[in-house]
Amino acid sequence: MARRAGALIAAGLAALTLGPVAVVMMQAGEGMLSSADLAALRFTVVQAALSSLASVACAVPLARALARRRFPGRGLLVTALGAPFLLPVIVAVLGLLAVFGRAGVVNTALRGLGLPEVSIFGLGGVVLAHVFLNMPLATRMILQGWQAVPAERLRLAQSLGFGPRHVWQHIEVPMLRDVLPGTALAVFAICLTSFAVVLILGGGPAATTVELAIYQAVRFEFDLTRAALLALMQVGTCGLAVAVASFFALPAGFGAGLDRSADLPAPDGWRRISDAGVIALATLFLAGPLLAVALRGAPGLLALPVSVWPALAASLLVAVLAAPLAVGAALALALARAQGLGWVGPIAMLPMAGSQLVLGTGLFLLVFPFVSPATVALPVTVLVTAIMALPFAYRILAPQAQVLVTDYGRLAASLGLSGWPALRLLVLPRLRRPLGFALGLTGALAVGDLGVIALFAAEQGATLPLVISRLMGAYRMTQAAGAALLLVIAAFGLFWMCDRWGRGGTEA
Amino acid sequence: MKVLCFAAGFLAFAQAAQAETPVLDVLTYDSFIAEWGPGPAIEKAFEAECGCDLRFTAAGDGAALLARLQLEGAKTAADVVLGLDTNLTAAARKTGLFAAHGQTPAVDLPVTFEDAEFLPYDWGWFAFVHNKDLTAPGDFKALAASDLKIVIQDPRSSTPGLGLLMWIKAAYGADAPAIWEGLADNIVTVTPGWSEAYGMFLEGEADLVLSYTTSPAYHLIAEEDDSKAAAVFTEGNYLQVEVMGKLASSDQPDLADRFLAFMLSDAAQEVLPTTNWMYPAKVPASGLPKGFETLAKPEKSLLMTADEAEAVRATALDEWRAALAR
Repeated sequence: MARRAGALIAAGLAALTLGPVAVVMMQAGEGMLSSADLAALRFTVVQAALSSLASVACAVPLARALARRRFPGRGLLVTALGAPFLLPVIVAVLGLLAVFGRAGVVNTALRGLGLPEVSIFGLGGVVLAHVFLNMPLATRMILQGWQAVPAERLRLAQSLGFGPRHVWQHIEVPMLRDVLPGTALAVFAICLTSFAVVLILGGGPAATTVELAIYQAVRFEFDLTRAALLALMQVGTCGLAVAVASFFALPAGFGAGLDRSADLPAPDGWRRISDAGVIALATLFLAGPLLAVALRGAPGLLALPVSVWPALAASLLVAVLAAPLAVGAALALALARAQGLGWVGPIAMLPMAGSQLVLGTGLFLLVFPFVSPATVALPVTVLVTAIMALPFAYRILAPQAQVLVTDYGRLAASLGLSGWPALRLLVLPRLRRPLGFALGLTGALAVGDLGVIALFAAEQGATLPLVISRLMGAYRMTQAAGAALLLVIAAFGLFWMCDRWGRGGTEA
Repeated sequence: MKVLCFAAGFLAFAQAAQAETPVLDVLTYDSFIAEWGPGPAIEKAFEAECGCDLRFTAAGDGAALLARLQLEGAKTAADVVLGLDTNLTAAARKTGLFAAHGQTPAVDLPVTFEDAEFLPYDWGWFAFVHNKDLTAPGDFKALAASDLKIVIQDPRSSTPGLGLLMWIKAAYGADAPAIWEGLADNIVTVTPGWSEAYGMFLEGEADLVLSYTTSPAYHLIAEEDDSKAAAVFTEGNYLQVEVMGKLASSDQPDLADRFLAFMLSDAAQEVLPTTNWMYPAKVPASGLPKGFETLAKPEKSLLMTADEAEAVRATALDEWRAALAR
């Protein structure tokens, strides 16, 4: 049942992501790739790999510290980890510049101390920004792995007299081998298609990504064949990364527990100090730019133009429709994969590597001969947003769906539990936490995503990100900052509600 | 039954009445139709005199607009395209989708501008904008020799970025690569679009930003802030001329002609300076808005013809990339 649904959804997903690329490919164009394109590919892969490794390397100690320490404000911090990822790119970049830029806090302090300034522009800045945006997401994904370790294993470890080193070796490392490759892959794929961050902080044409080459091909050269080829190159790179990640991944196989809660051992001594240090540093690093975003936006909140409100409603509508669609499909895929349908895994990751511009252009070409694109703006936006958000939901659900099937699959089969009862009695309760997280994340992504709406936008029905970009394009930077803050509040509010439901009011 | 008949008759009548109101579809860029852009005022004024329904469809910026038109081809519902600039008109003409406008309105551009398919509706000089407390360099060489920091836009994704590329090419020709190499250490970064660059400048990330001589007018008029100025360069400042054209496939050719003429009338031209923050193509009888007289006025204006711009673009882009990709 889950297998058949999963296979159907995977087939549909593949058609929806690759179909538009094929349509674009068939348009007129010379389709020649140049040496500059290969240089762009090289740079894209290098920055994405570095960003992914750096994000995961920072996320592991933070997730570990959060998993084994209890302190006031911990729940708030765990929820707030969702925030950076939800920021519109330009807002996040301006927030980072307020801290690390030429006129930022860090350089002002350095100047005051008579020290040389640091420049955020270049490969280092690109990686820094990607770590800021993605490390919190990676932390949440890894934290889920820690939380999924059955209490029985921890008690067993305790009764065997395991010290922190042995816990690391026998419990934490196997868990990380299960969770880390997928997390690193997700961050890699996000950074692969990152466009504005790389361009703004990269400092010049040396930091050209494949996505920019696609932009150029579509907009200035109108060489759609070339754009499609570049998009396929991007998908191919991600496919390679999927293969590499699955080579490293190893299911942990702890076995089922009885869901008793047990805290991870919280060792004293220098480990306590280092955990506190990690948490403090991460909080400072993440809170600085976020605070800057809030401070920049607050004055503008009072002077928002009226068009902001319908735009907010449109964005929330898209989110409310797209998030359940994405999470439902991702759940079916994750369950099908856990039940042995291996090929759906890579397909679930496909949209992450796809180029939004090519996807939007392809859909436009498909729709345009039949109806006016503006009339189908809402359904297309919901569909594309759901497709784009699906890989995130899948990555969040997949590890625990695997655990669920491994631990309870045989029991469910022997009881003849399937279909709706299985979903209600087994899947929903056991996957509630990742489901809430996934719903919140996809919903928030939908609020903040400019996506393809620009190509389909009508006079009415603009979404909030589009209004922000219009405000910025008309010198209204203060209002834009205010609208961006409103967007962050809306996206984060949605995320918080879903995430809270997932955590069922318990401590995360 | 009677009610049904009545309803059917009423509906048919209503539809007929609707069909009698002709619809003019105008494809334009995003910021034109925003509530603070020129779109709403122009729609109101034109609908008051044309007895028609003017509908705007927006598609990103100027370059996205052209891509959108090419995607739609001859099947496009648009009657008029508004918002291309002269760096894009050669490519737009090549699509064969545009019809000759056949109008000869008097315009007030600093250069002579003649084009069979495209009519200008506003224009501006590209310029580096800075805070008044900074003594701005007088030309590109002085800028390159200084240690001032600038933010520019990427010519591959932004029309002002492409404008700067053409500016340096028009001023220096074969020496353009040397100018770019000189500028390389002044460029903080290259942004995908105008708004990111301008936002970074306002946040103090750079001393100068590539924008327009009219940019200080926004701060002066809308924010009562006279702290911004634009630098006039001795080589001349390059022009951006925004144009509109009628599509050959239009089902409302007469209405389209009327709209093109309307856009150059006082009613439309009066709206543009303080909504699009550009100079009107034909100064209205009421003159320019108060505040525009304070703006810097370049003595010399540079502009390549559409064909020249199309011919040098690929070379100029390669030179730009080679000089900046250190």
